[in-house]
Amino acid sequence: MLKKIPSPAPALNVGKATKHDSADRHVRGNALYIDDIREPRGTLHLAPGYARESCGKIKSLDLDAVRSAPGVVAVLTASDIPGLNDCSPSFGGDPILADGRIEFHGQVVFAVVARSHLEARKAAKLAHIEVIAETPMVTAEDGLAREASVLPTYEFSRGSPEATIKASPLALSDSFRIGGQEHFYLEGQVSLAIPQDQGEILVHTSTQHPTEIQHLIAKMLKIRDAAVVCECRRMGGAFGGKESQAAQWACLAALASHVTGRPAKMRLDRDDDMIMTGKRHDFRCDWQAGFDETGKISAVEVDFLARCGCSADLSLGVNDRTMFHADNSYYYPENRITSHRIKTNTVSNTAFRGFGGPQGMVFSERMMDAIAIKLGLDPLDVRKTNFYGDSGRDITPFGMKVEDNILEELVGELEQTSDYRKRRQEIQAFNTRSPFLKKGLALNPLKFGISFTLKHLNQAGALVHVYTDGSVQVNHGGTEMGQGLYTKVAQVVAEEFGIDLENVQITATTTDKVPNTAPTAASSGTDLNGMAAKLAAETIKSRLIDLAAKLYQIEKSAISFANNHVQIGQQKIPFAELTQQAFLQRVSLSSTGYYATPNITWDRDSKSGRPFLYFAYGAACAEVTIDTLTGEMVIDRVDILHDVGKSLNPALDIGQIEGGFVQGMGWLTTEELVYDDQGRLRTHAPSTYKIPTASDLPDDFRVKLWDSPGNREDTIYRSKAVGEPPVMLATAVFSAITNAIASLKPGVLPQISAPATPENILAAVKLMKSGD
Amino acid sequence: MTMRQSIRFVRDGKAVELTDIGPNDTLLDYLRLTEESRGTKEGCAEGDCGACSVAVGAINKNGQLEYQAVNSCIQLLGMLDGKEIITVDDLSRGQEALHPVQDAMVRHHGSQCGFCTPGIVMSLFTLYHKGIKADRQAINNQLAGNLCRCTGYRPIIDAALESCNGSLDDRFVQAYAATTETLNKLDDGQDVFLGTPERFFAAPASIASLAKLYSQHPDAIVVAGATDVGLWITKQLRDLPKIIHLGRVEGLDRVEDNGAELLIGAGATYAQAEDALATIDPDIAEVVRRIGSSQVRASGTIGGNIANGSPIGDSPPLLIALDARLGLEKADSKREIRLEDFFIDYGKQDRQPGEFVSYVKVPKLAKNQFLRSYKISKRFDQDISALLAAFRLTVEHNRITEARIAFGGMAATPKRAAKTEKILVGLDLADQSGWTKAAETLEQDYQPISDMRASKEYRNDVAKGLLLKALHEISHAVSDTASPETRVIGQRNNSLREAV
Ligand SMILES: Cc1cc2nc3c(=O)[nH]c(=O)nc-3n(C[C@H](O)[C@H](O)[C@H](O)COP(=O)(O)OP(=O)(O)OC[C@H]3O[C@@H](n4cnc5c(N)ncnc54)[C@H](O)[C@@H]3O)c2cc1C
Ligand code: FES
Ligand code: FES
Repeated sequence: MLKKIPSPAPALNVGKATKHDSADRHVRGNALYIDDIREPRGTLHLAPGYARESCGKIKSLDLDAVRSAPGVVAVLTASDIPGLNDCSPSFGGDPILADGRIEFHGQVVFAVVARSHLEARKAAKLAHIEVIAETPMVTAEDGLAREASVLPTYEFSRGSPEATIKASPLALSDSFRIGGQEHFYLEGQVSLAIPQDQGEILVHTSTQHPTEIQHLIAKMLKIRDAAVVCECRRMGGAFGGKESQAAQWACLAALASHVTGRPAKMRLDRDDDMIMTGKRHDFRCDWQAGFDETGKISAVEVDFLARCGCSADLSLGVNDRTMFHADNSYYYPENRITSHRIKTNTVSNTAFRGFGGPQGMVFSERMMDAIAIKLGLDPLDVRKTNFYGDSGRDITPFGMKVEDNILEELVGELEQTSDYRKRRQEIQAFNTRSPFLKKGLALNPLKFGISFTLKHLNQAGALVHVYTDGSVQVNHGGTEMGQGLYTKVAQVVAEEFGIDLENVQITATTTDKVPNTAPTAASSGTDLNGMAAKLAAETIKSRLIDLAAKLYQIEKSAISFANNHVQIGQQKIPFAELTQQAFLQRVSLSSTGYYATPNITWDRDSKSGRPFLYFAYGAACAEVTIDTLTGEMVIDRVDILHDVGKSLNPALDIGQIEGGFVQGMGWLTTEELVYDDQGRLRTHAPSTYKIPTASDLPDDFRVKLWDSPGNREDTIYRSKAVGEPPVMLATAVFSAITNAIASLKPGVLPQISAPATPENILAAVKLMKSGD
Repeated sequence: MTMRQSIRFVRDGKAVELTDIGPNDTLLDYLRLTEESRGTKEGCAEGDCGACSVAVGAINKNGQLEYQAVNSCIQLLGMLDGKEIITVDDLSRGQEALHPVQDAMVRHHGSQCGFCTPGIVMSLFTLYHKGIKADRQAINNQLAGNLCRCTGYRPIIDAALESCNGSLDDRFVQAYAATTETLNKLDDGQDVFLGTPERFFAAPASIASLAKLYSQHPDAIVVAGATDVGLWITKQLRDLPKIIHLGRVEGLDRVEDNGAELLIGAGATYAQAEDALATIDPDIAEVVRRIGSSQVRASGTIGGNIANGSPIGDSPPLLIALDARLGLEKADSKREIRLEDFFIDYGKQDRQPGEFVSYVKVPKLAKNQFLRSYKISKRFDQDISALLAAFRLTVEHNRITEARIAFGGMAATPKRAAKTEKILVGLDLADQSGWTKAAETLEQDYQPISDMRASKEYRNDVAKGLLLKALHEISHAVSDTASPETRVIGQRNNSLREAV
């Protein structure tokens, strides 16, 4: 049973499908990104240089030709760094400039500083770097063979799964791969550093984590945090790729500016960006499961072998989250979930929307498909059989109780509205009569835990100023990457003061307004910053109420704010009149707000407690057609039903759902990262790495918000986070493809890995057709 | 004839004249760095993301002003001579009301991070100016080269459906007459030459001037649409001191239907040639539709696709299967060769110093000839082929009397499948027994390689699958019987009976 949720008061701003605060500027082309800021005169430009090899000791570094190339002002190497040469967000191992050895192909060894971007790029090609090449560890298997890891193995276990699987009436085991993913934010990595008075430095940086960059620059330059300001008005997309890995470029721009005394900008060329920055972790996944003839699982064992790349970066949290989502929506009575964090000589993999969760769910969904295929059951029935349920079937592998499960209702509704059962029959009929083309259908659920699993990150600050003319300025620690965070927070503040959204001025995120912030990540931006801004606004509002009560000699309860006015008993005055009064009466109109998420208690060492405040839910139904002669595939139709609690802004939420789904769909279908045997990425440009384009969106695409009574937890206006979960709706596409291939030989599990490119689909089809 | 030492284009209604441009300067750098108009974004600098899309206006063959979206990152600035350039910064200045396309994008929530948005707006601006009621397919085609990583496209498509609806009402429409006049004035028929004999941008106005200039500078790079050459500059960072642009050469862009065959001038863009090519067979239309994006097809040429000599260009195998011939020309001499003979080896073509491609002649299909062509790529739209297959079978009384098979992506050059063709000749289309053997023979014709687009195993398997597919489709077309569904993309209109 759901806890009763208090029904909210009618809202003026929240819940409205307000447009993105920058929408007009986006379409006019005058929303400024960092590369669009008019550079101060004399700004210098950087380009990175790297070796041909993938790993080994640097024997010699000859930069003479680089130095004497046209336009070059300076060439930076590790020895130019006065302080700490590391931009790791966690355990070190990410030199800003390689010092002595390189660990992956594309690791930056030096940086050219020149008058123009083009001159810098051309000069960077002229270096002679000699490396005593070692045999690189390219695949997870290579790393495993040498027992190389970036972090210790971590495990959740319950019961004795191995024995239980052996004793089970039925069992399956399987190994398959899940590919990585390039973020392909449309705006590449970019930072502009401008020296300030008294040795301070201002860095405009396209990042989800200005605070971390501030700290890293300070450490690198051996100056105090207080002397560095990092600012970000907006990013042209990030998706996790600018959480930790925006830092190196900001550091280099700052270093160039420190060395030359001039403003310096570093903007990565697209190919450099794709070669030099980390991606979604790719996995090999080995599993076995025991179950009965209804498909009900008794025990699961799974080993996740993650290619982490050359350093730890954010791999701890990412891989933990894979484990936290290896159950997706299903109860595993007994389980062993093991995560191996393998080191390879490839770029360090990093955060990417979903932060490891998607890989966990691709596993659980493949397991459901495998069981259904083996038993000849409808995969949806197997899924439902294994859903979390009442007491006794509601404890996750990490010990947290699932208290807010709405999947039965949500999935039931989608099953109806998508016409799942009828289409299942139609598809069977189609497959019987069609020799070359085969269809598949899948309806997959999702349950995603909301909160940073690193507890201390679940905090946020905001700063709200009210001016005497009644206009309001809001600032907070969250960053805007397109998700509409600024808009939602402004809606919250406008709601508090009962004023129109136009009266709330949104300002750039900057470390000198709100300090010591967490990254904007884990879908938590609105949950955290919205709450902090609300608290700041409430503080000012309560001062205004006190003032009005005093001035008008009236009960506080008779004072309310709406429609740009303040109702004071029978009297109604403009909001701006009260703010003017406040100034005259010497009442502060500025306040900070601070929020720390309650009720989360996860302790990683003891593997106990509650990592998540709540879960977000959703489900998707996908229908595909494959061509068994070529492996080509089209997605015919997709239906989505997704839970965002009480939506703060349905337009923005739908945007996150659709965009997230399509991004997940790309990850599992056309987006393929290909490395050669030396660990060099071969797909480092949009010409070879294919993200979805307009025609990949299914012709029939139906997306709905689940009609929720609101989050049972006391989140901002009872909404739910929406940034990441929709990516995982795309598992339905992968399952539908599996389903289509499986039609070729009932009872046999197709050997398909992700992404399901035409090539991978055809290989699986071929196996189905050959022998038994 | 006098020579002009400047380039001129129209910006904001006025002619702009530049006398000092580098041969490798790009339009995007001009806009962002020289003009400091920073609405136009750089997302990749290689023609693949569309963030840099701008609208280019030019007078078409019917004397009409026509707007096309191009990727400014790989357009050489000199190529814009005689054109109008419109960027997102120009659509609605200052406080002016939003353009209908912009307005629809806002109301449908078509931007999230907004970085792709200027390019999308400009791409849709050109669709708007087509004055048609755009359907989903037209929108997909227009947007194939505009990547958006945030929205998943649905709101953008909705904005396009709403705003590109056939109504034409913006200030650019009102200015058609004036712009046409300005552009006509700029069209002076003079040769353009900027720079020195060692380093120049040239745009000859006639075939004779082109032949002469190229013979004087056989080391110059001939540029048609720059959709290949542009990347040598922006990605390989090559310095190309001498550029000869073909875009102003009178008559080089002709597209003629001579009854039995088409003649396509080397300077004709895909956009200019696609309607004529489509009359030969719907599969040709589909292959052309899937070459690059609307931006790429607005600039890129079949002549460039051929001259580039790549083993993965899409038009060569298709044209070879059709038995096309290639016209080559230089000062004082002209010749015509079979297209397949042009491709000698990887990176090596039958083209002499100072010689340029002048046209390609494409025979149409005889009544008893059947064409099937398939493009295989990881992503359907705007992707380079893993392989491209083209089959032309001549059929008499159900028997194959001639077979022309050509593949791209299967060898170091676009290449025919000589052995397989032999096996096919004489086969009865009503009898499937010989098909598998024919398909297996492809392995003797081709030894493909593995790369990031596909493994050699996949290339071999698909090549076989495509031959079988073509045989199935053609046998049904010949017997005029209903075929089971054979395609997930590029459906042919089978109601058009292909009579023998
Ligand atoms: C994003 C993108 C997508 C693409 N997609 C495809 C695709 O799907 N399929 C495909 O086949 N190609 C594709 N291409 C490659 C390219 O667009 C084609 O090869 C195009 O046909 C080249 O024509 P162009 O006029 O732009 O050639 P240019 O770049 O101008 O020239 C190409 C080469 O041909 C030479 N050349 C050009 N014209 C002549 C002439 N008349 N005589 C002698 N030499 C000449 C040039 O010197 C140069 O060597 C793509 C390119 C991009 C950027
Ligand atoms: S910048 Fe990507 S197409 Fe031009
Ligand atoms: S809105 Fe971000 S890429 Fe399109």
